[in-house]
Amino acid sequence: MPGVHLDGMVAKIYKQIRELLSRTSPQKEAWRTVKLARHPKRPQTLDYIEKLFPRFNELKGDRRYGEDPAIVGGFAEFEHRTIMAIGHQKGKDTKDKIFRNFGMPNPEGYRKAVRLMRVAERYGLPIVTFIDTPGAYPGLEAEERGQGEAIAYCLGTMASLNVPTVAVLIGEGGSGGALALGLADRVLMLRNAFYSVISPEGCAAILWKDAKQATLAAEALKLTSEDLLRFRVIDEIIDEPRGGAHKHLDQVVRNLSGALSRHLQELEVLSTAELKKQRFAKYENMGREYINGLEES
Amino acid sequence: MEQRITVEITKRDKPELKKEEKQDRAPSGVSSNAISCTKCGTPIDLKDLEKNWFCCPQCDFHMPLSARKRIELLVDPGSFSEFGEKWTSTDPLNFFDLKSYQDRINDIRAETGVKEAMICGRATISDHPVVLCFMDFAFMGGSMGCVVGEKFVRAVDIAIEERRPLIVFTTSGGARMQEGILSLMQMAKTTCAVQRLETEKIPYISVLANPTTGGVLASFALQADVILAEPEALICFTGPRVIKQTIGKELPEGFGKAEFCLSHGQLDMIVSRKELRKVLTLYIDLLEGAVQCEYEEPEPAFRGLPKRGGKIIRGIREIKKVAFDAWRSLGRHGS
Ligand SMILES: [Zn+2]
Repeated sequence: MPGVHLDGMVAKIYKQIRELLSRTSPQKEAWRTVKLARHPKRPQTLDYIEKLFPRFNELKGDRRYGEDPAIVGGFAEFEHRTIMAIGHQKGKDTKDKIFRNFGMPNPEGYRKAVRLMRVAERYGLPIVTFIDTPGAYPGLEAEERGQGEAIAYCLGTMASLNVPTVAVLIGEGGSGGALALGLADRVLMLRNAFYSVISPEGCAAILWKDAKQATLAAEALKLTSEDLLRFRVIDEIIDEPRGGAHKHLDQVVRNLSGALSRHLQELEVLSTAELKKQRFAKYENMGREYINGLEES
Repeated sequence: MEQRITVEITKRDKPELKKEEKQDRAPSGVSSNAISCTKCGTPIDLKDLEKNWFCCPQCDFHMPLSARKRIELLVDPGSFSEFGEKWTSTDPLNFFDLKSYQDRINDIRAETGVKEAMICGRATISDHPVVLCFMDFAFMGGSMGCVVGEKFVRAVDIAIEERRPLIVFTTSGGARMQEGILSLMQMAKTTCAVQRLETEKIPYISVLANPTTGGVLASFALQADVILAEPEALICFTGPRVIKQTIGKELPEGFGKAEFCLSHGQLDMIVSRKELRKVLTLYIDLLEGAVQCEYEEPEPAFRGLPKRGGKIIRGIREIKKVAFDAWRSLGRHGS
């Protein structure tokens, strides 16, 4: 019967429309970014360190309590200068992931980062940080050892440094645990990384009482690189070819290397006073344009 | 259609607090003139509770105190002059679900009279000119958005310009989800401001009230020279519910409370509300005394600019003597 045929056609067209809509809707786009940023094969801090820097000598320990492998750092060579590279490391296989606590630092991780930053400052080395963490570790011992203070201390240190700093968001930028390494003079972000005040799942669990609604939360939180550039939270997007960084690591490294080089050169000509003045102005202006009534008092 | 969402980040974590707040504002039904203490269950007449700064007369349990009440409690009568009271968020994320973020702000304002999660102003405490920031949990769980960050920075500007110590009272579930990444950035913003305070050697004291968690704790709240807390206040980066979920174990009794933080080296002192004004006066005196005794570089580059009310001091021995005299003249306060 022709009617049946027509019904089938209509159903098929509807299905196509639905598919098209879902493909182009921004909420899927944001969620696609979240998935890419967390892709099991997504390159991590040590991959970038290996590809960007011909030499890297790791430093370990916070000299106060322990060594936290969720944050790695050390001297690196970049374009004939020594820099300090510091970043979250999530780990590759199961054993490595457990060893690195899935890139979720304990207080000693942040305190190690502070120690390395102070060493860099003492010898005038620029600092490059790589951000890739679900967040600071929500553990009992982490609280006992002062997780909040460790992050506050790392933020304060980054704000006060006398050397240029560049932060690169390479994957997951999970809340305060990510920001602790992110208070830099320049903030770069890979196209498919995300940066958010709370994980989409955490947000969905609170707002929708259902972590499965993370897709909607991801869209609502405006966490993509395009959103962040629009809010002027980041300075530049580093392009990833279609498919994501894990399929085109060399190209992404070339893009990142060029941007790093440019930003470091711009920062290195500034006096310490000017560097800090610009840094304070950058952060103290954040959000100011989204307040009504400022001019009145 | 875009689904619109909004909620208070801390609502799920502290249902019992929400209840108390309502009681604090508008008691209803049979217990219209009395409520029972959350901790010991003693019925307390509302008038007595208010007279007692919302502390239980039986067990001294500290119930939530609004920013306005706290101003009354602490500053010299009539000395408070607010700034930034008209600042409002423009809702940069266009965040909503059942009602928009903007509507939610308007509703909370109408219901509580609280305009934002932080009230700031100049005042005097025991005749000391100071700048004060008071957070209010009733406004979206005391969450930090762009307005809160801006108010804090302005308070720092005033503190530096007028050389007034900065005193901050926190009660917050952390960053405000409805302003997304911009609220996370307020941690960086307030941190930079605290760095300027440190460079300028302006005394900075924070007082952590129940609860102080997340992004507020991990930025300006823990960057003060002296950190005080109210008894039994929950003070942690991650809330107990999330930690329990993550580690799959029961948490020890008193986990994350002020007493736990004190014993783990994270605070200077736990202060009962009734003692707060006295203790604050003591630390303002001590820190200001220390500032006055700051050692200035002697000849040839002697720039001995006297601080407000300060003296120019030459030589280490004199510094020690002046500092000691200033300290001893304070008498014995606090505990
Ligand atoms: Zn009681």
